[in-house]
Parts: sequence; structure tokens; C-alpha cells
Amino acid sequence: MTYDFFYKLFGSQIIAAIIQSLLPLFIFILPFALFAVWLERKVSAHMQDRLGPMRVGWHGWLQTVADILKLIQKEDIVATASDKPLFNIAPVLVFVGTYAAFAAIPFSSAFIGSNLDLGVFFIVAVSGFVVAGILMAGWASNNKYSLLGSMRSVAQIISYEIPTMMVIITIVMITGTLNLNTLSEMQTGHFWNWMIFGGPVFGVSKFLMIPFMIVSFGIIYISTLAEVNRTPFDIPEAESELVSGYHTEYSGMKFAMFFLAEYANMFAVSAIVVALFFGGYQSPFGYVGHLFGLQWLVPIEQLLWFAAKGLFFVFVQMWLRWTLPRLRVDQLMTVCWKYLIPLAFVDLIIIGLITLI
Amino acid sequence: MSVEIEEKIVATNGLKTEYMVLNMGPQHPSTHGVLRLELELEGEIIKKVIPHIGYLHRCFEKHAEAMSYPQVVPYTDRMDYLASMYNEFGYAVAVEKLLGIQVPERVDYIRVVMGELQRIASHLVALGTYGMDIGAFTPFLYCFRDREKILNLFEITCGARLLYNYIWVGGLSHDIHPDFVRLTKEFITYFRPNIKELNDLLTNNKIFIDRTANVGILPKDTAINFGISGPNLRASGFKWDLRKDDTYSVYNKFDFDIPIGEGLMGTVGDCWDRYYVRILEMEQSLRIIEQAIDQIPEGDVALGIPKRIKPPVGQVYSRVENPRGELGYFIMSNGSTNPFRVKVKGPSFVHLGVMNELCKGYMVADIIAILGSIDIVLGEVDR
Repeated sequence: MTYDFFYKLFGSQIIAAIIQSLLPLFIFILPFALFAVWLERKVSAHMQDRLGPMRVGWHGWLQTVADILKLIQKEDIVATASDKPLFNIAPVLVFVGTYAAFAAIPFSSAFIGSNLDLGVFFIVAVSGFVVAGILMAGWASNNKYSLLGSMRSVAQIISYEIPTMMVIITIVMITGTLNLNTLSEMQTGHFWNWMIFGGPVFGVSKFLMIPFMIVSFGIIYISTLAEVNRTPFDIPEAESELVSGYHTEYSGMKFAMFFLAEYANMFAVSAIVVALFFGGYQSPFGYVGHLFGLQWLVPIEQLLWFAAKGLFFVFVQMWLRWTLPRLRVDQLMTVCWKYLIPLAFVDLIIIGLITLI
Repeated sequence: MSVEIEEKIVATNGLKTEYMVLNMGPQHPSTHGVLRLELELEGEIIKKVIPHIGYLHRCFEKHAEAMSYPQVVPYTDRMDYLASMYNEFGYAVAVEKLLGIQVPERVDYIRVVMGELQRIASHLVALGTYGMDIGAFTPFLYCFRDREKILNLFEITCGARLLYNYIWVGGLSHDIHPDFVRLTKEFITYFRPNIKELNDLLTNNKIFIDRTANVGILPKDTAINFGISGPNLRASGFKWDLRKDDTYSVYNKFDFDIPIGEGLMGTVGDCWDRYYVRILEMEQSLRIIEQAIDQIPEGDVALGIPKRIKPPVGQVYSRVENPRGELGYFIMSNGSTNPFRVKVKGPSFVHLGVMNELCKGYMVADIIAILGSIDIVLGEVDR
């Protein structure tokens, strides 16, 4: 474990804890957010017969670095009529909510920020910060568009937490643990041990479970799309209606914080989906490290598998964004309350019955 | 889905409540130009829409009085800048009617080809930006990619890509390029499958249908009362197209249909119908071009251009079917080289008037859908 490693190195629990908590930020979240912004621009460009950024670096891969440098230099404009304390706290809160979620995500068996027994619960709970931050941003901006955007956002995120939680409960019911690391370890072996394929049990119940697990996956994926405000649920920042919703009034680094938080959040929700349904950091075929007896290689392979799976779902999010139009506010609520929640309930009951067999 | 408005007193418990007034525009990504809409909202539900116009007013009509007849042509380009060819077309037809001259047949055929290409280009912008209003960004760029091909055709013809000054009174400024016929045919074969692609990507998308069907319903009688014309009127189920019903130029020689809204996905006259009528019209325009491009007779396009235009005292009203609707020119002559008065009846201006009627009771997101579906160009609203 990385914590033990740093503890031995520095001999101080505090320093080890600080390094441990900063690690994901510097080795993962920031580079990922930069990469994801670039990827989004390239994916959208190639879907639309364009090239996208091409000037800064090879195929424009340094473009987002240049953008962030630009944003740091920009003037930090605070509107006169805004509620200044709230206005300044809001982006931090949104970023913290996203960042804290990464603490409980198991990147590999050797690298997990905090091996919490309540991992999933913790992630869902700290994501609540994001809602508060968004509402604060919208209210403090003193702008009607921002207010409309944040109102929509809060309604949306809170509504879609319900189907997300229902699906998480389904998984918890089968596995009996809230610890994401334990959950990932349970799905070890080959890909047929993943929860989407019925989990590591064998027998009739496994095959009975597969269709319902696929439905559960569908529900949680749609809900998480809504939670991170991606198309077709990007209503809070609907560009054509609300200019850019709750972060209309933000500029410079504060805007960048919303921006980075959005992309970090995309990975966070994908990571949850991966950990719950697609074996977490487990390889689908076994490890090269085991094959050659190099035990130290296994965690690195796991990290790569986890990143690859997470990135795949991030890619799907981008794919959807550049293909689909946007729903309207009431239609969004209809999808959640009339379809997803009843479906999740039925799914929960049926899977519960199957596990009794 | 329309939202029922509860017409009840909102004051409760003695607290004074009022509707939120939201100012949409003139700088807003989806007001299609510099339109300002004053919205009265109850939450997200619209109580009233007041369009404020005039941000792009350029005194076209007054300018025209100080210009000689041929000099007005470039000014007409700048009204509906997405359909410049057709504005010139309409003006040329009106002045020719005033002068009582007949243009060579070659000119008429080329005008029709250009007009229909312009109609496709204009509809592509309308459909693409409409997709973007609903939140689909990709169809927008696909439409602009195809429009680019049409602009290239115009560019090889007259050198300009947006404001052409091509159709002159009595003729054309240039003859077509030797490659024009071949390139236009190539464009037709290239573009036909792209309509299907657009249908697959946007038209039949479930989310798109949910957003547009049964939204902003414009019944036939309301449409006629408000003077709506063009695709918007046809989407309400009224078969009225000046190309057929009050024909001009050589449109009577071609075989084409007039698509009308049938309420395939919802009610007749909803946003989806207005969108779909434009798609069908593009197909009909392709048919017209296909017929016309093979029949362009030989001749000189500049032969009929009068040296000095000095119409007799009198007045004329002439109308053509612009991509957006009925574009009418009323020209009054006092016998001098300058028109005494040029009055334009533009479709966008008329269509904007029906906004309040269409939007009441819907949500903020629907305003965007409705405004996009009536497809206004602010350059022509303000002139």
C-alpha cells in the first residue's frame, strides 16, 4: 500500500497522509481532466468531419494545457451585485465534492486513497457537495439564467440520485459489502465473474441474473449521465437556452474549477460503474505479472485496466453528447420518476428473489 | 406537451408575488441574431413573450429612395442574408414587371437554379441551427458542410459567397461557369443521401421528436390570420406556394410537389411539422434543379439588361416564394431613375408577430424550439 510506503519513507503519519491524499490529484485527476477535455474536442471533431485542435503539440494534445495557462492569467471578474462569499466558495465546493469522491475509488489493489468500509456510500454522500456548490453558484451570481440553471441542476441531480442508489443497493444486496475494494476483489478471475455477468456465483441463479444486471447497469449509467449533467441531460447548462447555466458569471480560474470538476466527475461516475459492474480494476483475462511471476507488475496492470475501462465509459459519454439532442426539464423528470425509479424497484425485487434461490 | 396555465391569483397569504421578467437577447446564443425577447415567466412557464426588434435596422427602404434601380440590388442582398439570391430574384422580377420587359429564357432558367440552390442552402441553415437549438450539435456542422458545397457553386458563378449581387434587373451579372452544370449535378448526387443521413440523425430521433412534436402548434386559421406564409403556413396544412399558385419566372414548366404538414409525429402545425416540411422542400428543390439544369437554353444573359432604367409613373406589387415565405416588393415610380418608394413585405417580420401566440403556456426551453422552427432572419425583420 502506498500509505505504508510513505510512512516508512518519512516516518510520520501526517506527511504520509498528506501525500496519500494529494497523490490522486496530481497523478490522476488533473492530468485526466486535461486529457479528457482534449479527448472530448478530438472526439467531437472527428464525429463532425473536422480536425479539432491541431496547432499546440502533436494533434493539439497540449491545447488544454495552453487553455489552463490562459485561464490562470485571466482577470477574475466578480460581478458587483453578486453575493461575494458564496460566489467564491461555490467553485471550491464543487471541486472538493468531486475530488473527495476519488478518495474511495480503488484504482488498483495497491492504490486506494482510503479503503473505507462505506466506500460507495461515502462517494454518494460527498457528491452532495456538488449540488450545494451548484446551487450556491447559481444563487450568488445574481443572474436569472444562472438561477434557472442551478435550480434545474439541483432538481435533476437529487432526482437521479434515487435510481442510482437503488441500483447500488441491488449490488450491495448481492455482495453484502459497501467497500469498493472488497467489491472489486470479489469480481476477480475472468470477466464472467463481473457483476454484469451475474457475479462470482455459479449455477442457475447466475444466468437468471444476467438480464437484470444489464437492466441495472442501464439504469445506473443513465442516472450517472444525468448526475454529471451530460447530454441528453445537460439541461442545467443548456447552451442554447441558458447560455451556460450556473457558471455563466464565472471567469478565469473559478470557471476552470467548474470545468475541471465536470470532467473529473465524468471519470468518477464511470469509475463507480466500472467498480460495481465491470470488475473494478480486475483484468478480464488474467495478469501478465502472474504469468511470469512478477508480483509487482500486477497492481500496475490493474491500474491500466481500471483506467482503460473508465476511459471507455467516458468515451461513451462523449459519444452520446455529440449524437443526441437535449431533453426538456419536465421530460427529464418524467424519465427519472416514471421510468427509471419503478424499473429500479422491480429490478431490486427480482434480483432479491433470485439471490434467495 | 403543453402545460396548463392556472389562471388564478398568485398572491397568497397576503404576500405580493410577481412574474419573473427574463430578458432573452439581444446577445443570446439562440435568438438567431440580435432579437430581444422579453419573457414573463412563472417558474419556467411562459406567460407572455414580447419581441423587441430594431437592433439591425439599416434603413433599407429609405436608402432605396436615394439609389437608382440597379443600385438597390446589393441592398436587397443584405436583408435576408441567408437567401440573398432570392431577394435579388424578387426585386428583379418586380422591377421587370414595372418596366414591362421580358428577360431571355436562359436568364430565367439560371435564376430558378440559383433560387432553388439558395433555398436548399437556407433550409440547411434553418435545420442545422434548429438541431443546435434542441441540443444536437453534430447535425449543425453536417448541414453547414453541405451548405458549403452550394456556396462554392455560387462562388464559381459570381465570386461571392454570401452577398452575391448576381441577379440584375433584366439579366445576370455573369454567365454561369463552364463547369457549373457538371458541378451542380455532382452536388445533387452528393446531397441526396445526406438528407437521409439528416433524417436518421435528427428527424427521427426520439428525443428530438419529444422536444418538437406537439409543441408550438399553429392552427391553419391562426396562421392565415397572422399572414404566415411559406414553409410555416404549409406546415399548418395549407397548400399555398407562390411558385405554383401565383407563378413567376419559369416555375410553371417544372414538375414538383408542395409538401404540407401532416402531423406525422404529433399535431398538424407543430414544430416538428415545420421542421419536416423544410426537409421535404429540399427534396423538391433538388427535383426542380435536376429538371432545370438540363434545359438551360443557349443565349446571352446580359443582353436584356437595360442601359438606363427609367420606368413610367406607376406602381407595382410583385411577390415571390422566398425560402422563408412570401417576399413582396411594392415599388412606386415617379418617372425618375430612382424609385420613389420601395416597400418590402418580408416573411420573417410577419412570422415574428405570431411568437406570443405560439409560446404562451410552454416552457423556456420550448421558446427556443418554437423560435427556431419559425426560422426568422433578423436582417430581414429589421431591414
